Amino acid sequence: MASPTHKLPSLGYSYDALEPAISAQIMDLHHSKHHATYVANLNAALASYSSASVPDQIALQAAIKFNGGGHINHSLFWANLTPASSPDANPQAAPQLIKSIGETWGSVGGLQAAVKAAALGIQGSGWVWLVREQGGKAAGRGGLRIVPTKDQDPVVGGEIPIIGIDMWEHAYYLQARQFPLHYLNGKASYIDNIWSVINWKTAEERFLGGREEAFSVLKSSL
Amino acid sequence: MASSLLRTSTSALRAATRSAKPVGAAGLAGTSFVRGKATLPDLSYDYGALEPHISGKIMELHHKNHHQTYVNGLNAAVEQIQEAQAKGDMAKAASFAPLLNFHGGGHINHSLFWENLAPSGKGGGGGPEGELAKEIDETFGGFEPLRKKMNAALAGIQGSGWAWLVQDGEKGGLSVITKANQDPVTGSLKPLLGIDAWEHAYYLQYQNRKAEYFDAVWNVVNWETVGKRMS
Repeated sequence: MASPTHKLPSLGYSYDALEPAISAQIMDLHHSKHHATYVANLNAALASYSSASVPDQIALQAAIKFNGGGHINHSLFWANLTPASSPDANPQAAPQLIKSIGETWGSVGGLQAAVKAAALGIQGSGWVWLVREQGGKAAGRGGLRIVPTKDQDPVVGGEIPIIGIDMWEHAYYLQARQFPLHYLNGKASYIDNIWSVINWKTAEERFLGGREEAFSVLKSSL
Repeated sequence: MASSLLRTSTSALRAATRSAKPVGAAGLAGTSFVRGKATLPDLSYDYGALEPHISGKIMELHHKNHHQTYVNGLNAAVEQIQEAQAKGDMAKAASFAPLLNFHGGGHINHSLFWENLAPSGKGGGGGPEGELAKEIDETFGGFEPLRKKMNAALAGIQGSGWAWLVQDGEKGGLSVITKANQDPVTGSLKPLLGIDAWEHAYYLQYQNRKAEYFDAVWNVVNWETVGKRMS
């Protein structure tokens, strides 16, 4: 039985639309090379999975987790970013979420400080996620948490991913001195600046919806 | 220890694990610790000396910023462990173990890495010689199979990490292993040759084309250092 083929989702904006927070060169490489590679390797692993022997299937699971995680994480990431000029980049686009963030961290600034601490604590490659625990009633009921994940491990423990930030070096490293905002090894600056391109409208939708809505971006890329 | 550069860090690590003497608590961290502080080792070649295989810009950032951060993090972790030990709070001391492993590993790995590189044609490149070459032939069937095996190991790392050619100090044999993040080579295994597969080691020059970096780095491997590390 042939497994469905996953496709690289298109971004809802052009590669240069997130400048100066994230350069066009980074976006281009990140989407057309890195994400495309995760998709290709996921499809290759899935294609050989169904006809493989059980030991070989088990051996393939690491590749499925890594590349499938890479596909999930990047798909969620692109959708929770938007040009700074968009009204969606304003936290006011997420009234219910902001209320809950206020209850948990005092303010958006409090959330940002907690996200930064978690992101800088990652020892290697990984992601930091704002998630909502599943189970509680959606709006205004708190249940928010910050979860760092390693490498391409996806958030699949039942939580609903709301905002994901890629902390792999390929997500920021190329912004060298000639850029208005430069990062290289300065990942703290990258974290500070990415908030200007966070898509709060998407975040609100994920916060109010269930896991199915949060992961809906994956269906459209099948 | 395989590298003379590591003498300071070794004593710092030893200091971190030995039980603190109950002298005046305030002075303890200051005096006994400062002596064993890890420092950033100098490179024996210029930042630009590994070009075109590794750019001067990468080498400079990698040494002056990344490695320095590990040195600072190691010293901070050791200091915090000693302070907790001095207060008899072993649970708190133990809580710094991941930081000690990460920053201590980062310091050890990079110190070994700089020493097992050299400018192409000036100690770098070519292939293994003497006893090392013989061992590599016996284990891998030659230098080329070793290179392929190590490049495959590097390419297979899912995230940040290192690949190492190691020697088993007890059984003597060579093997290729990978380590996640900054986990150092430990136990009976002795690091002979390390290659950094973190994105910061190549991204400014090679971007996502990491296989090109893994191919190119062999032009600047210092085989004399690698051979000397083998016992």
